[in-house]
Amino acid sequence: MASPTTHRSVVPLPEQERPGLLNRFDRVERAVHWTNAVLFAVLVVTGAALYFAPLTAIVGRRELVERTHLYAGLALPVPLILALSGSWGQALRRDIRRFNRWSRDDRRWLRAVIRPAADRRQVFARVRVGKFNAGQKANAAFTAGAGLVMLASGAILRWYRPFPLSVRAGATFVHNWLALGFVIVVLGHVLMALADRQALKSMLFGRISRAWARHHAPAWLDELSEEERAPAEQTGR
Amino acid sequence: MAEVTSTGGTAGPAPEQGDKPIGRRAVLGILGLGGLGIAFGEHVQNGISDLLKPLRGTGLAGLVPGGGNFTLYTVTNGFPSPPPTYKLTVNGMVERPLQLSVRDLEALPATRLTHDFQCVTGWVVDDVHWTGVRLTELAKSAGAHPSATVFHFSSFDGVYTETLTADQADQSGAIVAYSMLGGPVSKGHGGPVRLYVPGMFGYKSIKWLSTITLTSVVEEGYWEQNGYPVDAWANGHGPSAA
Repeated sequence: MASPTTHRSVVPLPEQERPGLLNRFDRVERAVHWTNAVLFAVLVVTGAALYFAPLTAIVGRRELVERTHLYAGLALPVPLILALSGSWGQALRRDIRRFNRWSRDDRRWLRAVIRPAADRRQVFARVRVGKFNAGQKANAAFTAGAGLVMLASGAILRWYRPFPLSVRAGATFVHNWLALGFVIVVLGHVLMALADRQALKSMLFGRISRAWARHHAPAWLDELSEEERAPAEQTGR
Repeated sequence: MAEVTSTGGTAGPAPEQGDKPIGRRAVLGILGLGGLGIAFGEHVQNGISDLLKPLRGTGLAGLVPGGGNFTLYTVTNGFPSPPPTYKLTVNGMVERPLQLSVRDLEALPATRLTHDFQCVTGWVVDDVHWTGVRLTELAKSAGAHPSATVFHFSSFDGVYTETLTADQADQSGAIVAYSMLGGPVSKGHGGPVRLYVPGMFGYKSIKWLSTITLTSVVEEGYWEQNGYPVDAWANGHGPSAA
């Protein structure tokens, strides 16, 4: 089967498309991302030690583990709130708006995910994805929603006295199962990042190549105005 | 979120025909599901636990919530080790204070129970097998004074204490358990000997039991000093009013 264009190959660049790097994530966005990543890791490790009896037996120190889990959970929304509370959060706010809005192409993209591989490739080649594809948008929505649900159910478990037993049981149910789901989703996120080193590096250093954007985010490339384009720098990546 | 804040000049994502705020809808949908889960999840979890029952003990069920898992609590760091020659002490307002090894306890008339373990924070393990000696029997064999209306318990972890009235011990059929889940009570579950109070929240079933003192005054235990009710019937009123 003849696949359309293989974007990985080097194609001659039009005049205005100088080779160079684009700003994908600014300092604030990267700081929020990695703070969240560390807090999430702490939550997973301490949560596992609280939940799985064999681990509990090995780790012990339940009081310390419990307190660490609690504070990590309460701290999780803080970086995001801080980032959004000032002018420094401009890029983050814009990306959140991008997450929120789904174009027709995004919906097509998402529907294609469940189709056979050949169909999927065809759809992916046809749609014009913006800065984030529908999978990333879905991941963002899940993380925001599920994070808040974890916070609420965790708070009920910690400060349960006003709640009837059935609500505590419900909170336990939600917190346990959603934790499992959350770990699976984040694991998927990490695996995808490891499979795309350029994207991973852009979360570390902020910049990404124009070639990557042309392949993965063509509509974003269109959207960028001249002055937003990062000056070509040899030091990046 | 913040659809109004358009930053002048810079090229944001231009809202296009056909753009929908699906992200926000998805977040709200997840919040709604989470709320429903908290409100009604108890029934779902019970259903899941029932489905998992045949798998119990295979190790598979232990991997998912509701597969018969206990969450193990300690009030000190780690699980305490019993003294090398463990003896359960029964003292206080009694004619004959007792010093009982596990073997001594096993020689006494045994009571077998199959009953759930309900934690005050909401989780529950159904149909746990328990074997032990009825608390009221122990009191009798120690020759409890008629005015001794309260049991006070302490643990060899040095911190955990509990209390139970004679009436509660009688109504619940509380036992001093040396066997649980089909084997000796494990270290994590409070072995070698722990209390089990059917119908009451788990914190009443003190682990690593070392001393039972008969008194006439209710003295708050560890968890009660931390705000839990002294009267810990899971259904709110005990079996008599059921």
